[in-house]
Amino acid sequence: MIATDASAAPIDGRAVTPLLEIKDLQVGFQTQRGMVTAVDGVNITLMPGQTLAIVGESGSGKSTTAHAIINLLPGSGRITGGEILFEGRNIAALDEKQMEEIRGRKIGFVPQDPMSNLNPVWSVGFQVEEAIRANGIATGKQDVKKRAIQVLTEAGLSDADRRLKQFPHQFSGGMRQRVLIGMGLSSNPKLLIADEPTSALDVTVQRRILDHLEKLTRESGTALVFITHDLGLAAERAEQLVVMYKGKVVESGPSREILQNPMHPYTQRLVAAAPSLASRRIQSASKPLEDLGYEATRVTEGVDLIAAAESRHEAHAATADTTAAIAVKDLTKIYKIRGGKGSASTLKAVDGVSFEIERGTTMALVGESGSGKSTVAKLLLRLEDATSGEIRIDGTDTAPLKGKSLLALRRKMQPVFQDPYGSLDPLRNIGNTISEPLSVFKVGDSTSRRARVNELLDQVALPKSLVTRYPNELSGGQRQRVAIARALALKPEIVVLDEAVSALDVLVQAQILQLLTDLQSELGLTYLFITHDLAVVRVIADNVSVMKSGRIVEAAATDEVFDNPREEYTKELLDAIPGANIPLGI
Amino acid sequence: MAGYIFRRVLQAIPVFFGTTFLIYFMVFAMPGDPIVALFGDKTPNPAVIEQLRQQYHLDQPFIVQYFIYIGGIFRGDFGISFSGEPVTQILARTFPVTIRLAILALLFQSIAGIVVGLYSGLRKGKLFDSSALVVSLILISLPIFVIAYVAQYVFGVQLGLARTTVGSGAPIQDLIMPALVLASVSFAQIVRLTRSSVIETSGLDFVRTAYSKGLSRRRIVPVHILRNSLIPVVTFLATDFGVLLVGATVTEGIFNVPGVGNTLYQAIIRGEGPTVVSFVTVMVLLYLVVNLVVDLLYGLLDPRIRLVK
Repeated sequence: MIATDASAAPIDGRAVTPLLEIKDLQVGFQTQRGMVTAVDGVNITLMPGQTLAIVGESGSGKSTTAHAIINLLPGSGRITGGEILFEGRNIAALDEKQMEEIRGRKIGFVPQDPMSNLNPVWSVGFQVEEAIRANGIATGKQDVKKRAIQVLTEAGLSDADRRLKQFPHQFSGGMRQRVLIGMGLSSNPKLLIADEPTSALDVTVQRRILDHLEKLTRESGTALVFITHDLGLAAERAEQLVVMYKGKVVESGPSREILQNPMHPYTQRLVAAAPSLASRRIQSASKPLEDLGYEATRVTEGVDLIAAAESRHEAHAATADTTAAIAVKDLTKIYKIRGGKGSASTLKAVDGVSFEIERGTTMALVGESGSGKSTVAKLLLRLEDATSGEIRIDGTDTAPLKGKSLLALRRKMQPVFQDPYGSLDPLRNIGNTISEPLSVFKVGDSTSRRARVNELLDQVALPKSLVTRYPNELSGGQRQRVAIARALALKPEIVVLDEAVSALDVLVQAQILQLLTDLQSELGLTYLFITHDLAVVRVIADNVSVMKSGRIVEAAATDEVFDNPREEYTKELLDAIPGANIPLGI
Repeated sequence: MAGYIFRRVLQAIPVFFGTTFLIYFMVFAMPGDPIVALFGDKTPNPAVIEQLRQQYHLDQPFIVQYFIYIGGIFRGDFGISFSGEPVTQILARTFPVTIRLAILALLFQSIAGIVVGLYSGLRKGKLFDSSALVVSLILISLPIFVIAYVAQYVFGVQLGLARTTVGSGAPIQDLIMPALVLASVSFAQIVRLTRSSVIETSGLDFVRTAYSKGLSRRRIVPVHILRNSLIPVVTFLATDFGVLLVGATVTEGIFNVPGVGNTLYQAIIRGEGPTVVSFVTVMVLLYLVVNLVVDLLYGLLDPRIRLVK
């Protein structure tokens, strides 16, 4: 064993030895059916001060690799082979006590979900201070506190002094992520591992936090391993890229090279499907496709977002039908806030919103969390009643509808929600789930319902054998297809898609977007597409309305919004699409 | 905070009237004449019966009896038992004994239950954990009187470690065995609850983050795992206080403890309205106070439910 004590040896910023060298790493999980390999022969080399991104879809082993480095594999996970050399020392062979010395002090970690990674019962200051104390960065109450304020301020948390006493639930997601970044960097580690540090955040917040993280790591010379499912984001933020697929590294090298000339078929599909990149490419899509000189779209196994967007454009231009399926006027929703006093006790979630959606078209409602976009969906579906304003569906005012006529409205208008795990009843099989609306509305008999379920499964490209399966046996993408099939069961005219693709991996996301586009042209559906992600908007929407603090600040045709955003806020949202500034050799 | 406590006290008022009325009504509706029953097989003098009836207001309609009784409570007069002793005196004699017993049981079940549950949860699937699960299942399955008789026989008669019945004045050392018996079922439930709560918390993201900060397991277990795991346990303890009082009736009977359970049981058999209602009322009030204390305790454990000041 090489006993290199890093703190004793003089460290040259431009050391020739790699900071981190992963050699043939194998990680397995013990299951009832024996050992399942999650990471299979991964090799990664990282020089001091460098930034490296690991890209892949969920289940590709990218997070498992990151957790293996700091030996915090969940559950029954174990390193079954290979070496992890950190400063020349194999840290995979260290015992728990020695690993504690490395964690935090030498290798910092920024976890994925800011909502679940802070202990809700301790104040933020307590949690930062205990990290500082554990790593011996400062001793004595005052010094520790001073250091805590310093790291939080550096991480971009304003007013850190006062906020130390507050609890995580009093912080927004972005602020919590800053706390976690501050914690990860609090002991000046040589290496920081950031596991999807911003995937739970709004795009503009994501951009600010990543800018900040980049600045901090550059200033302190900290090397960064950055894990993400978003290829555009990875390429924008990292010099080196490692693409993982099913536990193996399929491609690695300098980011730009990989993006412009992906060698492995999986990387090619990823490049083609990444909405952030696709929308970037479509930005110049007024030119015909051949001019783009881009090959990768041809190998995406039927998923071709650019072509989809183009055909949508043409189809829309061809139809002359311009009746409004949905017309919303001056819609306002005021919530009472518990425990408040006087006028401060109300919240205007939706403030004078008006829009129209023509039959057979898609309008995207874009905004950050808290902008009121989901409330609009709830009001539209009559799941909640508006405080004032008018909603007309096919010319009928929906507010006075009750009983049977309300049911008839519901039949015409179906929702698909964000979380494919939460929106399907785990105790009902897929067949029952899809046919439930049919039995509620007493459509047909059991034979015709079964036929309809098969037809619907066919429409959403799922095998008929799924009828007897249960949601937990399905992948996220399959579940979302089931949710779409259920929404289509009653042959609705309008589908409200509330962040319907936000929880999915890029490739799956691309497939669902394609499916939605196909279904629209086939069935003449009208979509209200609610999302925080402008990147997917280009692919699916004809018109875009941008919401901020309950109001629509900009509304126009999609191309117009992308090419000539009028509002500063829209520009900010557009700039925040990762990968927007990367030349793709177009 | 003060406002919150005030609101909770206001809520207690309808609960107080509701329970007393209900209990009073049920005692009233019991079959048989309590006065006649007092004389056993003897044929009593009708004049004496009439006089007793008047003394206990049994000649009045039900609703009047109830209000006479409630009116008395507000003057500090809980009525008189059939043996001629004021109910307040019986309350003052028996409640301290039962409360001592309940607190002993509560202490044992919470401390031992949480310690065993924590250790079990941290060593999931190991020998200690499996044995704890089996033992707790046995304790939950057995009726409390079985546990009581077995304990009495083994520790009292065979080993001679404790006295089989509680002596006069109910000294603490005599109450230990009844308290352990009384706590046994809840102890088993707390072990299981703490265990599953600890296992759940251990798998949460913030625990992994705590490790990634470089903290040692010795710090993470009490600071990040135990405190978060205690929230459901505290909820259980609150509801369990009532179970302890009810369970005390059986346990007190077996160990001959001169406490609430024993006295209440006798009073129910005799159909003594004022005694039964007074005992139940005080129990209900105690239960309300304990629940209030537990709700305030939540705020200490979990800042998310800390009350708005």
